[in-house]
Amino acid sequence: MSTNTHAARADDHHHDGGHAHGTFSSYMFGFVLSVVLTAIPFWLVMSGTLPSKQVTALVIMAFAVVQIVVHMIYFLHMNTTSENGWSMMALIFTIVMVVIALSGSLWVMSHLNSNMMPIHQMSGMK
Amino acid sequence: MTVAVNPTQTGEPVFYLADEHPHPEGWSTSLGFWIYLMSDCLIFAILFATFGVLGGNYAAGPAPKDLFDLNLVAVNTSMLLLSSITYGFAMLTMQQNKIAQTQVWLAITGLFGAAFIGIELTEFAHMIHEGATPQRSAFLSAFFTLVGTHGLHVSCGLIWLVTLMVQVWKFGLIEANRRRLMCLSMFWHFLDVVWIGVFTFVYLLGVLR
Repeated sequence: MSTNTHAARADDHHHDGGHAHGTFSSYMFGFVLSVVLTAIPFWLVMSGTLPSKQVTALVIMAFAVVQIVVHMIYFLHMNTTSENGWSMMALIFTIVMVVIALSGSLWVMSHLNSNMMPIHQMSGMK
Repeated sequence: MTVAVNPTQTGEPVFYLADEHPHPEGWSTSLGFWIYLMSDCLIFAILFATFGVLGGNYAAGPAPKDLFDLNLVAVNTSMLLLSSITYGFAMLTMQQNKIAQTQVWLAITGLFGAAFIGIELTEFAHMIHEGATPQRSAFLSAFFTLVGTHGLHVSCGLIWLVTLMVQVWKFGLIEANRRRLMCLSMFWHFLDVVWIGVFTFVYLLGVLR
């Protein structure tokens, strides 16, 4: 019985239902990409190559997003077929929640911040 | 397998016990663990949002520029990235049933992880020594909460790693240990993903601000 299940499990690994595995070359490819995607933002900030801080900020954020996707694919082996698509569904749901929480907090709080009365006026009203 | 109790003539309640077909032990672990990681992701999202809101409130205290040493952060980032790839090698050797090599790669991963925690604690100690304690400003509270939570996760991962090394040493690469190693691999790579957010939004953007 137990050998049967093991054999079935071992078979399962090669089908799409189970958890995907990486290969040496996929790990190395992901690693090299990550090193490049980490090194460039650090270099940009430490050397101050780009003229404007705004542009630098946008570029390093873009690098972070790309690196997160690289990690997801090459280290966490995310694909649309693992666990019959349920891990991708959970991921999409989480991304939606994260985007709402992050953008909502930052947006609302920055508005509150700009609508706040300056401190010197407030102390005068006491 | 569906077990249905036939209706009896005596008017007793009728139960329908519907079982799913049997699954091997641990068949749903990786999906369940993935969902745990996603909920952990929400915790970090909220801590990032808090840092995003409070990150600029220095209360006339030290700013990121005065506190962060990007060289140290770069070294720390490479420690975590190297530990990610060595864990990947541990998983590859595990698939080839090479116990000794798996253990060596796990040990190397643990050393890189320990180096990461060591550097981070040194940084924290240095900051606290300079008076940049969590209670100094909203920025520092948010900073220590976010980066400290990540560090706590890595520390738990290290404890888990040592536990699994003992398990593999005692019982070998049995099915249960393979499953556990796979869960820890997801956890470890996930923490590296969170660190991408930390070094970008906390350190790099902080120094840039």
